[in-house]
Amino acid sequence: MSTGLRGRRWSTAHPVAGMLFVLPFFVVVLVFLVAPLAYAFWLSLSTRSLALGTRFSGLDNYVRAFTDPVLLDGALRVVGFGLVQIPVMLGLALFGALLLDAVSGRVAKVFRLVAFMPYAVPAVVGALMWGFLYSRTFGPFADLPVVVGGEPLDFFGPGLLLVSLGNIVTWAWTGYNMIVLYSALQGVPREVYEAAVVDGATPVQVALRVKVPAIRGALALAGVFTVIGTMQFFTEPYVMARFAPQVSGGYTPNLYAYNQAFAYSDFHYSAAISFVLGFAVFVVSYGAVLVNRWRARA
Amino acid sequence: MPNLVMGAGVLYFLVPLLWVVVAATKSQADLLSSPALWFADFSLVDNVGKLFREDGGAYGKWLLNTAVYSGASAVGATALAALAGYGLARFSFPGKKFFETALLGMVMVPATALVLPTYLILAELELVNTRWAVILPSLLHPFGAYLMRVYIAQSVPEELIDAARVDRAGEALIFWRVVLPVVRPALVTVFLFTLVATWNNYFLPLVMLSDSDLYPLTVGLTTWFNTAQQEAGTRVLFNLVITGALIAIVPLITAFVLLQRFWRSGASAGALK
Repeated sequence: MSTGLRGRRWSTAHPVAGMLFVLPFFVVVLVFLVAPLAYAFWLSLSTRSLALGTRFSGLDNYVRAFTDPVLLDGALRVVGFGLVQIPVMLGLALFGALLLDAVSGRVAKVFRLVAFMPYAVPAVVGALMWGFLYSRTFGPFADLPVVVGGEPLDFFGPGLLLVSLGNIVTWAWTGYNMIVLYSALQGVPREVYEAAVVDGATPVQVALRVKVPAIRGALALAGVFTVIGTMQFFTEPYVMARFAPQVSGGYTPNLYAYNQAFAYSDFHYSAAISFVLGFAVFVVSYGAVLVNRWRARA
Repeated sequence: MPNLVMGAGVLYFLVPLLWVVVAATKSQADLLSSPALWFADFSLVDNVGKLFREDGGAYGKWLLNTAVYSGASAVGATALAALAGYGLARFSFPGKKFFETALLGMVMVPATALVLPTYLILAELELVNTRWAVILPSLLHPFGAYLMRVYIAQSVPEELIDAARVDRAGEALIFWRVVLPVVRPALVTVFLFTLVATWNNYFLPLVMLSDSDLYPLTVGLTTWFNTAQQEAGTRVLFNLVITGALIAIVPLITAFVLLQRFWRSGASAGALK
């Protein structure tokens, strides 16, 4: 549509105006995203030692990172954690969203609101709360087996610690993801379901064969954001370390990067870990987005 | 049957929050001796009074800091996102396509990977351990800009902007008087989500701040909790940590209950393909 201003579209005739609108955001991106990434990369290429001072060391820090058993252990732990926790949480969120989409009424309304509440609780407060709830002295759960003559549960012990952490994350984020998926379901035209029902599909069939494929985009996006969050796992294990002494300084890669910087003042190695971590997250999530787009087109 | 399942869900999400409410009404002695999910002697008023007196009124400072950090970050990030979203949605200029593609990539860069190098940059600029060290990095919110771009492209008619131009309105005036009123729901959404992100942030202020007068609630409460763990018995703090946690979550939960309409529209915007 032409504006009549000398026959050219205003938006293409005045590119400077558009640039000025984007400029403030662009500056923030340069200073707080591009510069830190570049600086981290530059830092990661050098090493500091007492004898030699700071010197260029090329990819040494990266070689060290990829052969550091503590870092690899932490990375494996987070991958293992995510392989269980992410499907459980997204499965519950999807189930809840399908339920909300099928049922209305007072209980559904309360459920929708209450499930979202943990999102408003800071992760650190959530971790503290659950730390108290898990503890034998403060919480109601640890002694439950004692009632039937069993051993008390040790939520901070090696057997249950990852499960305890997984429960905190699941509690915090299931409702948020459920609302995202539920909103996506609301956006699907009702006629699509009705046609399936006319063809004799049961509600479960409609849910699995019509509704779930219809919101695949939203599901993929929720998955990507969850993976990003999981790879940065920090707050819950950091807080839980106060309850569970076995949470070491290298329990997760992010915790390790933090400790390398602030416990050992090794900013060069810490930068290398941060950079590898950021790059891994970027590759995984951007790859997931591209695959999803490609599948949506095919 | 669905109601039963949803009821179980309500219990799962609500019980920890109920526990905080109940525990905040107990003295430290009752906290250790009375049933965890039921009331003992009602000491909430006493706890709140002690909470705000402990450490020379540190909690009040943290509460104020949290409000300042999250308010300033949310206003700033929302303004930047709205400006950039409009520039990208309704103008064309060299490099725009590249920037839009990059925007999607920026959403994927993990915030915590940026925190440590940002700390080092701000250290060079002598800005660490100041309020700016928390507020400025929180202005970066690529998802907000992306959301605003999508929303403006869908909901601000070009005819409306053109009509204003024919009336010789300046570009800034058009943005302020024509565009912003139309996109108010998206503005509230971005504001709310940035507010929560900064209010709840822990890693950034933990890294940036060393002066306890500058702490937000999240960092302050954990330092008290650590003290309580180390000096169990010498200082009565557990009940204050719990009362402090309750007061830290009440404002946001209230905001979410009141603003349901907006976060639900925001969640659906987040679900865009």
